[in-house]
Amino acid sequence: MARRYVIVGNGPAGVTAAETIRQHDAAGDIRIVGGEDAGFYSRPGLAYLLTGAIPEQRLFSRPDSGYERARVQRTVGTVREIEPRSHRVELVDGEVLRYDRLLLAVGARAVRPPLPGIDLQGVVTMDNLEDARRILRLVKRARRACVVGGGITAIELAEGMAAHGVETHYLMRGDRYWGSVLDPHESALVEQRLTEDGIRIHRGLELAGVIGRKGAVSAVETTDGGRLACDILAVAIGTQPRLELALQMGLATGRGIWTDPTFQTSDPDIFAAGDAAEVLDPATGKRGIDSLWSIAIEHGRVAGEQMCGGGQPYRRPAPFNVTKIGGVTTTLIGSVGSGGREADLVTLARGDSHAWREQLDGFVVVSDREANHLRLVLGADRIMGAVVMGDQALSRPLQHLIRERVDIRWVRDRLTQGPAEVRQALMSLVERTVSLGAA
Amino acid sequence: MTVGLLQRDRLKRRAMVSAMVVAESVRCVECGICTFNCPLGIDIRAHVRQGQPVSNGRCLTCGECVARCPRGTLRFEVSPVFSILSLVGGG
Repeated sequence: MARRYVIVGNGPAGVTAAETIRQHDAAGDIRIVGGEDAGFYSRPGLAYLLTGAIPEQRLFSRPDSGYERARVQRTVGTVREIEPRSHRVELVDGEVLRYDRLLLAVGARAVRPPLPGIDLQGVVTMDNLEDARRILRLVKRARRACVVGGGITAIELAEGMAAHGVETHYLMRGDRYWGSVLDPHESALVEQRLTEDGIRIHRGLELAGVIGRKGAVSAVETTDGGRLACDILAVAIGTQPRLELALQMGLATGRGIWTDPTFQTSDPDIFAAGDAAEVLDPATGKRGIDSLWSIAIEHGRVAGEQMCGGGQPYRRPAPFNVTKIGGVTTTLIGSVGSGGREADLVTLARGDSHAWREQLDGFVVVSDREANHLRLVLGADRIMGAVVMGDQALSRPLQHLIRERVDIRWVRDRLTQGPAEVRQALMSLVERTVSLGAA
Repeated sequence: MTVGLLQRDRLKRRAMVSAMVVAESVRCVECGICTFNCPLGIDIRAHVRQGQPVSNGRCLTCGECVARCPRGTLRFEVSPVFSILSLVGGG
């Protein structure tokens, strides 16, 4: 009998797993269940939908016909209950699916602080397309918006609303932006650009409550006793893996659903991948969560292979993201923790990785040229992390050098000298790696 | 500023005759800004997903997709045809 696969979650991990399973099991019965009507779209692209850089229909990167072509049956629905012993999945509408292998690629949801008024209309988070549509409806009539939180999502929300002419206030609990990952100069670069875009930054200000009128937000209260009138409050204080199904089944969980490097959970027939998975790294004995598009795709690929009974276990690469933060193109690679305070996030945000906060015992090299900025974290024999802001010429070679753990001992001294020398030393490293690889 | 513009124009002209757009898929988040801005409607994003260079004969190498990608996914690379020509002293 054909093996039955059920995948819960229609995001990058779930869909990639479905495609991978089809490549390895031509006869298998593949069913993917997701709560959204929308097919497969780019979730990071929602930021560009908010600013108006791209229309909604262009976010759909894979047409619905792709499911048919891969012979994957897509069901729009919500799972009510899973019974691991009988291998049954029951949907809210009563339909029952049976599985031999199950994948939980359920993602994460934005956390809301437990404050009075937090569920009023006009208080928004951004998890999915429906949330982005709601924000776009609100900005048409809004005059003033407040944003609280940190990481990339808070900035994307602020810029999205400012792009529509809404007077936007960004309330920071700490004294600078994303203090746990960026150094003070990097925070200042981002803050300067936000200010140039008309976003008003308030430092050391914490949300105390949300005031409503006729069921909708009309102002926020701050812990210093102040009050700021607004029609929208956007919250981006972090995301929480969706654990409900895993908890209900009694799977081992921590912050996320615990898996080994094959993405198997504590039940051998159930796998978890993407933003919901907290994956064990056998090299360090630690578990980690990443909330990154390319990593979710890699999770889905490896999990799909493993569900078919083959493939290599997952090897976590140095987490990497490149995006515009306040208009400054920024690449974060590996361990770049600045040791600063995590003031505005209560947990991991979208487009984020725990690894970036790791502050290893390394030597930090900083090189600035006008608006361009490079920070390297050097270990004894390799580069452990890098932040590249502005000019991105070095981000691609650095990505390679960090991910491949290239030995830097022969140029380490040069890397601690001036900007020009750093650039040349990095290029020599890349050239040597390429020529060794080709030899 | 004028020097910068001239330099950009020179690079652009050079790219138009000898380069093609290549992608680094790991940077791509499939937002579609590249495809949306292609004046010829080439589905750049599909090329990126498949890890393929934009070798479509219609590509003008105008650079719109390279410039607009918010994640630095795309870049120009000298087409292998031209590097071979330069190796043999042609082109």
